[in-house]
Amino acid sequence: MRRAGPMIGGMAQAQVLTFTDRGIYCPAGDFFIDPWRPVDRALITHAHADHARWGHGRYLATHGSLPVMRHRLGDITAESVGYDETRRIGDATVSFHPAGHVPGSAQIRVEVAGEVWVVSGDYKLGPDGLCEEFEPVRCHSFISECTFGLPVFRWHPQNQVAGEILDWWQSNASQGRFSLLGAYSLGKAQRLLHMLRDGPGPILTHGAVENVNEVLRAQGLALPDTVRVTPDLDAKAHPGALVIAPPSAFGSSWARRFAQASTGFASGWMQLRGVRRRRAMDRGFVVSDHADWPELHRAIKETGAENIYVTHGYTDIFARHLNEIGYNARVVPTEFGTDEDGAEDAA
Amino acid sequence: MKRFAALFTQIDQTTKTSRKTSLLRAYFETAPKDDRLWTVALLSGRRPKRAVTTTRLREWAAERAGIPLWLFEDSYAIVGDLAETIALVLPPPNRRDDHSLTEMIGRLRALGALDEAARKPVILDLWDGLDQTERLVFNKLLTGGFRIGVSQKLMTRALAQALDRDEAEIAHRLMGDWSPDSTDWHRLIEAEDASADLSRPYPFALAHQVDDAPHVLGPIGDWQAEWKWDGIRGQLILREGQHFTWSRGEELMTDRFPEFARAVDFLPSGTVLDGEIVAWDGDQPLPFNALQKRIGRKTVPKKLLKDAPVIMLAYDLLEDRGHDLRDRPLLERRAALERLLSGLPGDAPVRASPVIEARDWDDLARIRATARDARAEGLMLKRRKSPYFVGRKKGDWWKWKLDPLTIDAVMIYAQAGHGRRANLFTDFTFAVRDGNALVPFTKAYSGLTDAEFRQITAWVRKNTTERFGPVRQVKPHHVFEIAFEGIQRSPRHKSGVALRFPRMARWRQDLSVDDADTLDHLHEMLNIYG
Ligand SMILES: [Zn+2]
Ligand SMILES: [Zn+2]
Repeated sequence: MRRAGPMIGGMAQAQVLTFTDRGIYCPAGDFFIDPWRPVDRALITHAHADHARWGHGRYLATHGSLPVMRHRLGDITAESVGYDETRRIGDATVSFHPAGHVPGSAQIRVEVAGEVWVVSGDYKLGPDGLCEEFEPVRCHSFISECTFGLPVFRWHPQNQVAGEILDWWQSNASQGRFSLLGAYSLGKAQRLLHMLRDGPGPILTHGAVENVNEVLRAQGLALPDTVRVTPDLDAKAHPGALVIAPPSAFGSSWARRFAQASTGFASGWMQLRGVRRRRAMDRGFVVSDHADWPELHRAIKETGAENIYVTHGYTDIFARHLNEIGYNARVVPTEFGTDEDGAEDAA
Repeated sequence: MKRFAALFTQIDQTTKTSRKTSLLRAYFETAPKDDRLWTVALLSGRRPKRAVTTTRLREWAAERAGIPLWLFEDSYAIVGDLAETIALVLPPPNRRDDHSLTEMIGRLRALGALDEAARKPVILDLWDGLDQTERLVFNKLLTGGFRIGVSQKLMTRALAQALDRDEAEIAHRLMGDWSPDSTDWHRLIEAEDASADLSRPYPFALAHQVDDAPHVLGPIGDWQAEWKWDGIRGQLILREGQHFTWSRGEELMTDRFPEFARAVDFLPSGTVLDGEIVAWDGDQPLPFNALQKRIGRKTVPKKLLKDAPVIMLAYDLLEDRGHDLRDRPLLERRAALERLLSGLPGDAPVRASPVIEARDWDDLARIRATARDARAEGLMLKRRKSPYFVGRKKGDWWKWKLDPLTIDAVMIYAQAGHGRRANLFTDFTFAVRDGNALVPFTKAYSGLTDAEFRQITAWVRKNTTERFGPVRQVKPHHVFEIAFEGIQRSPRHKSGVALRFPRMARWRQDLSVDDADTLDHLHEMLNIYG
């Protein structure tokens, strides 16, 4: 039977980044990146819950990420930096670079004594018209996510998927039905708003989505007009509307006001028929903020890295494949939190 | 192919039965007759002969996608559907063809005349002209197993609506041993004489499980109780000196059970019986594993015929001297059944399954508790006034099964699920305690809610101690109540036992590993119930 690639961790002290039970650690700078247990100093790639967790002493993130993090985590001690701006922390030099995942998301570059490592965080290469486009960063070692690291995941162009969603919305609207579209409230929801800005009717948003919209609008992000769904909202006043809500709101009393709505869900997982059916929604739309199979290959190639560490997703399979095509690839031991569901929805 | 693929996509996009029915109905109203016939055939489990082995399909798809075979196989293990995996890995099409469903099937069948090497370019070329959904549908034709969430009943209803005909009549016409090669649309659906086919069985009536105590069903006198035997539900058809044996899954099993050939010596032509095929020791059924040895074999060696002879325990009489009795009340059918079978000698391969008399529901409950001694799974309750209906209709027939056997076991391995559950850990291996060791004895993959599967998946990710390919060994920590229907000796298993229908009845978060049951306890159950 095939064994997984060797687990790594606690290797030679000279390593720029190491893998600990609290997350990715930089000994030279004494900081962690996206740690999953409370630490003194945390650098955060982006504001999604499985990357920006509560309880750290000090946070460092991009100007684009921090307002959402403050909105979600409350009163935290934090500083923000711009893309490409370098910071010295201990003996390490760090900088943040666009990851194309959600507005404000970053890859984090760490340089110690001339050796460069990059932590990708979550990323995608395809431009979505909303967030800062992914920027390849040359490095010696690249720690890459591979949520969709299987050859069955290939995204279609955004305008094609936008067309599918608009057709669905149009058809529902013409029957006087609401279109209830599930999407993660940070990133995916705003991307859909942008994709569907010229749709056939008004767009209503769940409070969780609209809160993030407000934070992002305040930072100058151009989003189409939306109507927040409040307890006293008269749904009938917005016939044929598109309603964007986190999937957790589906099936709750909140959703009941949109009787007879057609339901849809937007996620990379919708590529798989089995997962689509498990969601038991009328429609599944393949919209992902993660890299697909070809994008993962392109991103890895463009870093020029020899060592690839893979995390999040089909790590064993992806690492074996990378090794076969000439990279030195290993699996990062990762511990997921309890909000695995959130991680899936963010996909 | 576009029209059929569009039907597939639309059906796939809805979970509502009424919507599926109206989509299919519209298709049956507009599609060409040949395509309709093939659609009916595919949706009732009849498929074109396999033109290419799945092994070759995997190789060709991997080659076309430019990936190594192992990567294709690993992807397939996660997607869970071969046709879909192929459709997803192939590069985008370079042109768009539109052949009808029948033409496409015709091309596949023409492959039979070619040698394997010559089939490859044809398949690759056909793939090139189809988009992702069309490829999925086409691959399903290639691999068989055309399940798209449309039951035969739903398809029958849509067809009956499209033709403005009686649903039960259409259901009967679609039964039996036909294929688009042996018939055409006119003969199958439109022709006057539907009973021309001697072997054609009737659609089976099916029962629902009683949820509560059956007292709610009203006076016990309205009901007929019988044992629910643990065998193969079947229909035995005797017409014009020939006999045919059908399983409930509509498989013709005549040759597997040669014992029934003698039925024509005892019973008149024009007899159709619904009953349970069981292995028989002369007085009562043998355990199910005796019958199991017979199921897999198309021809039966003499020794096996002697060790595990089968008979039919007849529940019902559907056709008597050529007359369809299905509309008559059960009371009448039962009387006719008893008249027909009462004088038969003891070595006849058919007996009436006895009716169980009980004073009241409590009395019946006591009898039900002895079902395992009688080698039965529980009881059947049938309303004496009920006709023999088509399919599963709530209210007239109930199964009142015994409660399952249970054992508390420790989860030790986990594996990701397929298809619908591709990103969850759902397939687990369970162990019982033996001193300080844990001895694996069964796998189970069902019984938990999706929320519970998500919770255990997060736990598995954090508590993996070792990986063997797709299998993860986990910390022995969680205890589950495993329910099962039977237990038998099995030298192939380390524990020495094999379970029937094991599933997770409950996640016992209140128990620790030390509370789990032992190997001794499992062997004790084997002695009692095996
Ligand atoms: Zn993310
Ligand atoms: Zn993530």
